[in-house]
Amino acid sequence: MKRFVGFIKKEFYHIFRDTRSLFILFGMPIVQILLFGFAITNEINNVDMAILDHSKDATTKEIINKISASKYFSIKQILERETDIEAVFKKGKVKAVLNFETDFGKNLIKNHQATVQIITDATDPNTANTISNYINSILQNHQQEQNKAIHIDYVIVPEPRMVYNPELKSVYMFVPGVMTIILMLVSAMMTSISITREKELGTMEILLVSPIKPFQVIIGKVFPYIFLSVINAVVIVLLSIFIFKMPVQGSLFLLALESVLFIISALALGILISTISATQQTAMMISLMGLMLPVILLSGFIFPISSMPLPLQVLSNIIPAKWFIIILKGIMLKGVGLEFIWKETLILLGMTILFIGLSVKKYKIRLE
Amino acid sequence: MKKTNVIQVEDLTKMFGDFKAVNGITFEVKKGEIFGFLGANGAGKTTAMKMLIGISIPTSGKAHVAGFDVFTQAEDIKKNIGYMSQKFALYDDLTVKENISFFGGIYGLTKARIKEKTKELIEDLGLQEVSNQLVGSLPLGWKQKISFSVALLHEPKIVFLDEPTGGVDPITRRQFWEMIYKAAHDGTTIFVTTHYMDEAEYCDRVSIMVNGKIEALNTPKKLKEQFQVDNMNDVFLKLARG
Repeated sequence: MKRFVGFIKKEFYHIFRDTRSLFILFGMPIVQILLFGFAITNEINNVDMAILDHSKDATTKEIINKISASKYFSIKQILERETDIEAVFKKGKVKAVLNFETDFGKNLIKNHQATVQIITDATDPNTANTISNYINSILQNHQQEQNKAIHIDYVIVPEPRMVYNPELKSVYMFVPGVMTIILMLVSAMMTSISITREKELGTMEILLVSPIKPFQVIIGKVFPYIFLSVINAVVIVLLSIFIFKMPVQGSLFLLALESVLFIISALALGILISTISATQQTAMMISLMGLMLPVILLSGFIFPISSMPLPLQVLSNIIPAKWFIIILKGIMLKGVGLEFIWKETLILLGMTILFIGLSVKKYKIRLE
Repeated sequence: MKKTNVIQVEDLTKMFGDFKAVNGITFEVKKGEIFGFLGANGAGKTTAMKMLIGISIPTSGKAHVAGFDVFTQAEDIKKNIGYMSQKFALYDDLTVKENISFFGGIYGLTKARIKEKTKELIEDLGLQEVSNQLVGSLPLGWKQKISFSVALLHEPKIVFLDEPTGGVDPITRRQFWEMIYKAAHDGTTIFVTTHYMDEAEYCDRVSIMVNGKIEALNTPKKLKEQFQVDNMNDVFLKLARG
């Protein structure tokens, strides 16, 4: 035990004396969560748009006022002719143009129908789609207000309600994903690098020749990272609560337990990587390509798994991050207890045991 | 097993698949002896050494190190030997003192003992001024001496040195061999591999491995007589070329 304490002390010296790993450890989570929370977002805010109003009557003015009053759009330019539309898009000044037909207001009264064209810059298709939906809903809203007086025999009123994230805040989706990535990165990459570093420097050989047991070396190596990963998880949860006002609905205790389980599975993966790589660079490349990419692309963090082609859907099942994200979303957003996520937990537990088993076996072979 | 033999090896063999990396070597090393273990690259030196220090299990044969069987008592062997490799593996980002107390710790020395040993070592090597500096900032020769002293920290019966003088200048090498003599004088057995033939002359006895077998084993003087040459270099060349 005393040997073990000395070993862990040494590991902390390594970590705290290496500014690069310190930055990865503590800078990365904060930078990533802020980046994903603020910069990368599916919401639209203050979208610049232009108006081409051929009609210039009371109705169009009312609609334009409504749009400019919303926080989603700001009207940058009033166009005069059709040819201006292309020009203003090419300059990249606006993301959308609203084109009212001539006699919009008159047509509405006379024919009960009038046309307005919504033109969006679809170089970024997601944003274009969202913008078009937002404008649509403002127009419909206007229409409903106007029709209040008129009596219609029947009407279907759809009342969509977005549960668990009523404001559709994208940070709600990113927090579980970023947390998963960070824990994976810190746990797997940092441990694999720190173990391969000992191999590269030749100190691993010295340790193997000493009376300290191989499993003590491995546990000594990963222990500090369990500790640091837990700190990271806490920082991420605190940031999301206090900066992004994202409440944790479920039990914090369960969240902590599940996080530790995921951290251990990532650490085991890190050990596994270190057994197959001879240098720190190899370990880093394998961690980045072999772990980070699947975590980002296949875990359901950014791209919904249900819309992937079938082979990828099947493949996504072997990625521990997928299950952890489901668990996190369950606890953080839906506030569910273990009775709803026991299946995912069990899968994650199984994977963890498998990784530990494999890495212990691999490590023994290497000693040969 | 004779009392004076701290290493006793009989017909020790290591196979990797069909390849006999070490092919039935037999020798013994006496207490306090400086035993030179020579051979060209790939002759099987490192493999043989790994079996003796308990990190590789032999395929067949017998070997006792410090009185313990390499097959069944590897853990006891590890407690009783010291090891230093060509990389002088100390931690560059730890200070001299931290390195000493770390290695003392993993060999199970008590705190008081580590303190005592640290003081002794720093005084012996004249490291007072750099004892709180990171090892990474020290010259290679110093690292090598510290590394050797660290390998002796737990007072092992045998110390294994794997090409300990690679890359250091002749003066430092000379000083290093003085340290080796001192340790041998104090009763520590030295098992050393080297590529420098002048160093082979410093050894009490020398074995030369060729293709997994020990082809020659005697004092440097007798070996020179046997092969009718003036220096160990020529002995080595005659053997290695076959």
